Amino acid sequence: MTPDLIYGAAGLAVFGIGLWGAIALQDRMRRLLGLKLCSVGAGFVLIVGAWREPPAAPDPMPHALVITGIVVMLSATAAALALIRRLHDLEDADDRP
Amino acid sequence: MSDALLLFDLLLALAVVAIAAAALLVRDAFAMIVLFVVFGLLSALAWVRLAAPDVALAEAAIGTGLTGALLLKTLHHLRARGMAGWQPGAVAQRPVPRAVAWLNAGLALAVMAGLGVAILGSPLRVTGLEIAVAEAMPLSGVENPVTAVLLNFRAYDTLMEVVVLLSAVIVVWQIERGAGPAPAPSLGPVWQGFARLTLPAAALVGVYVLWAGAEAPGGAFQGGAMLAAIGLMMLLTGLYRPHPDHRGLARLLFVLGTVAFAATALLVAGGGRASFEYPPSYAKTLILLIEALVTISIAVTLTALFHGREPVALKGDLRHDP
Repeated sequence: MTPDLIYGAAGLAVFGIGLWGAIALQDRMRRLLGLKLCSVGAGFVLIVGAWREPPAAPDPMPHALVITGIVVMLSATAAALALIRRLHDLEDADDRP
Repeated sequence: MSDALLLFDLLLALAVVAIAAAALLVRDAFAMIVLFVVFGLLSALAWVRLAAPDVALAEAAIGTGLTGALLLKTLHHLRARGMAGWQPGAVAQRPVPRAVAWLNAGLALAVMAGLGVAILGSPLRVTGLEIAVAEAMPLSGVENPVTAVLLNFRAYDTLMEVVVLLSAVIVVWQIERGAGPAPAPSLGPVWQGFARLTLPAAALVGVYVLWAGAEAPGGAFQGGAMLAAIGLMMLLTGLYRPHPDHRGLARLLFVLGTVAFAATALLVAGGGRASFEYPPSYAKTLILLIEALVTISIAVTLTALFHGREPVALKGDLRHDP
């Protein structure tokens, strides 16, 4: 048992949970959260791939990729949340007599 | 590795997975966001254990802190618009047939199993690009390998990342164009005092993280996110109120980072050098210059993403009145 195996399995599980949430849940915010969990799970897998047995230093390339991924996911989240707010407002206006 | 650390890793991994599941399953939307923030911080801790402190900083500041703030802001919006105790799923939804629910779960499980097989099938702990990066480090101008990859070796990716962030603010402004005045969340007067005490410290930490990124964990994105926290605090406490007249300056600051980044890439080209091939003697200066301007853009863009709707004057919009 080494950290890469433990966190690799955890990342895989988080990815699976997120994917299930994104396709199976009905609420929009929860679906978005599911996608975010997928992105963190993928980040786990990439960072595990970059890990080397100490004292060797890890591979910095996947780290840079994950940082890029985090920023891209935030951008996507912000756009999705704006869509959710707008949809909610439009539905709210439809419901009013 | 000692047994105590192994136990810590196991417990942390279990907690990360359990909290991820709990965040999706918990009924209350506010609890969902709180659990998500806890999940993000624990993930960041796990990434520190995997020797990825730069990524952990980015995940804690951007992936958890700012994403959590965006989620809370949206929840506030939905609750202010609809009924007070609005819960996700409170609106009438057709029940999902049991067969479809099982199919969804099976599908997610199958994809996860496929990913697992792919990971197990790939060679573990083989040498990746770390040797190539280590060999090129003297040419990069910085000592932190992750910063060298982000701002020098793979600078194209980072330029595109800044463009994606810029597109996000354009998209958000377009989506909410013409929408009614948003309910602005605000904190009480006690928070204004708190903000006055903490904002200078936050500014100092943000600039330090940016500066330290050259040789230690940190950099433009982490520093920008910490400076954005100042923007969020100023919006929440009412120290700053977005005004339609400020849009020109805001647009200028949104594109500042992208323009500086792209201009530097083009200006260093020529004389046998490709774009982004900084002359080694100026590399550190150029990287820090790009990072400083990109940090300003990131901080302003993230604050604008939190605020949401473009501050246009609307009839009956009382938010901009003193």
